[in-house]
Order: sequence, then C-alpha cells, then structure tokens
Amino acid sequence: MKILYQIAIIFTLCLLGEAISAILPFPFPSSITAMILLAAALFSGILKIDHIKEKSDFLLSNMAFFFIPAGVKVIEHLSIIRSIWWQFLIIVSVSTVVVFLVTAWVVSFFLKIEARRNRNA
Amino acid sequence: MPEEVFASPFFGITLSIAAYSLGVWINRKTKLAILNPLLISYLIIIPLLLITGIPLEWYENGGDIINMFLSPATAVLAITIYRQREILRNHILSVTAGSIAGSAVSIGIVYLLSEILSLPDEIRASLLPKSITTPMAIAVSESIGGIEAITVMAVIFTGILGNIIGPYLIKLFRIKDEIAQGMAFGSASHAVGTSKAIEIGEVQGALSSIALVMSGIITVIITLVLF
Repeated sequence: MKILYQIAIIFTLCLLGEAISAILPFPFPSSITAMILLAAALFSGILKIDHIKEKSDFLLSNMAFFFIPAGVKVIEHLSIIRSIWWQFLIIVSVSTVVVFLVTAWVVSFFLKIEARRNRNA
Repeated sequence: MPEEVFASPFFGITLSIAAYSLGVWINRKTKLAILNPLLISYLIIIPLLLITGIPLEWYENGGDIINMFLSPATAVLAITIYRQREILRNHILSVTAGSIAGSAVSIGIVYLLSEILSLPDEIRASLLPKSITTPMAIAVSESIGGIEAITVMAVIFTGILGNIIGPYLIKLFRIKDEIAQGMAFGSASHAVGTSKAIEIGEVQGALSSIALVMSGIITVIITLVLF
C-alpha cells in the first residue's frame, strides 16, 4: 500500500503539471512543471521526502533506463541522419565538450569569488 | 503468432530491461565509462529490431509505458535539489552564472558551426536547443522552424555523449569541485547527463538537476528573443 500511495502522489503531481502546462500561454514541458510543483511542495513543507522516498529512489536510481524508448525512435529517422551525419556528429560532439568545460570553469571561477567574498564579510 | 507475442507490451518492456541489465553488467565488469548501459541498450535493441524486421510500433507498445515514467523521473529530481538546498542557497551566484554561460555558449557554438558547415536553416534551428531536456528542446525547435525528429536525436546524442565523456573530462581537466562537476553535467547534457551525475554523487546530482532546469529556461528565453 505504501508504494501505491507514493505512486499516487507523484502521478498526481505529474497530472497537475500537465494541466498547468496546457493552460500556460507559452510552450513549457509538463515534466518540468511537475518538478517545480514538487520542489514547491517540499520547500513549503506540504510534502515530506518520507512520503515519496521509496518510489523516488526507484525512479532516480534507474533514471537512464527510462530514456531507452526515446532513443530507439532514431530508427524512424535514419534517412535524415544519413544525409548530414558527419556535420551532425561534429556539432553535437564539439558543442557538448565545450559547454561542459565552459560551465565547469565559469562555476569554479564564481565559487572562488564567493569564497573570497565570504572571507571578507 | 509473431504479432501476438512481439506486439505485446511485455515484449518492449522485457527487451528493454534485458538489454539494460546486460549493459549494467558489462559496465560493472569492465568499469569503462564508454561502455555505458544506455548506449549498450541502444546497440542491442536497434540492430535487433532492424535485423528481425520487428516494427518499431510493436516495440513501442511496451516502450511507451517506459516512456511514461520519464515525466515522474524528471519531477523527482526536485528531491535531489531539496536535499542540497543549503548548497544552492550559498552558491546561487555561481549556479546562475554557470547556467547563463553554458546556455549562451551552447547556442553560440551550434550557430557558428552550422554557418561554417553551411547547413540549411531548418537543420540549424533543429540543433540550436540540443543541450536542453527533450520536451523543452522540441518546444524551442518548433517555434524557430526546426525539424522535431532531428532535435530529438541531437538531444539524445548529446545526453549520451555527456553521460559517457563527462567523467573523462572531469579527470582530464582536473575539475575538482563537486558543484562545478554537477553544473557541467546538467548544462551540457540535460537529464541523461544528470543520471550520470547522480551516480557520481548526491551534490553532483542536485546541481546537475538545477543546471538542467535553469539552462532549459535560459535557452528558451535566448532563442525566442534572438530567432
């Protein structure tokens, strides 16, 4: 029963997320709306982690698994990819590496500034 | 007979779990990041469907059920953020700066490379939102004239790539800070990268979740203003 309640809580949040995203005047993904709702519920104290712990741990620890069907869809689009595959690979690889490193460096840089500011304060 | 068996949702689900389990097993045995469970799953399932001629729609009867869990899995990332709320509060400046820098660089470099490689406008528009999570990327791609299928593929490729090479980049470029590591995963490779960040550590997982949400929102704003 406990797991059933937890599934109900999380699925209700997802459903609310879909409702809110449908009402919003601009495109906003319902999964992110649901995430913001859950964050709001946790920060405001309406919901405790214990209420959804087991189900969340199941989802979080198997997260990569849930992406399998989305990627298998590639089968449908093999012909488009065949015509631009090397440009596609260059852009995807270069940008992923550069964004990863730039983000890491910018964050490290600002962490140092924050540390210095805290020391002076 | 084949349709009754292979078009059953149990087929898609069982095949996915079997492929993923094998992927996790190989990954643990070899301890190589490149032999990523998600990548191995694709390398098993896609050729298997192509060779046997089992239609994608049959696989998707089960696949859609797994796909349904993507939304709850994304939603519960809020828990990892909540558990690390102290860190978020203390480092809000770094987190914001990192997200803005990551999104801007992603858009800038994709635009630049598309120009250099003289790709058609609709391909460029499809690739621009490649660093953010699938539903947001589709929304951006559609509104700036991209092709949804290419966007989805670019997003998935980006995610797997970040998931695989992230740990190598951290080692190679000596990125020591856990906050910087997590932010890099989320900003460069959205939720698929975040699934790796969670495996590395609780702090990395939380910051990666924050980065994926913030970069998503910032990318939507930048692309809608610029394009």
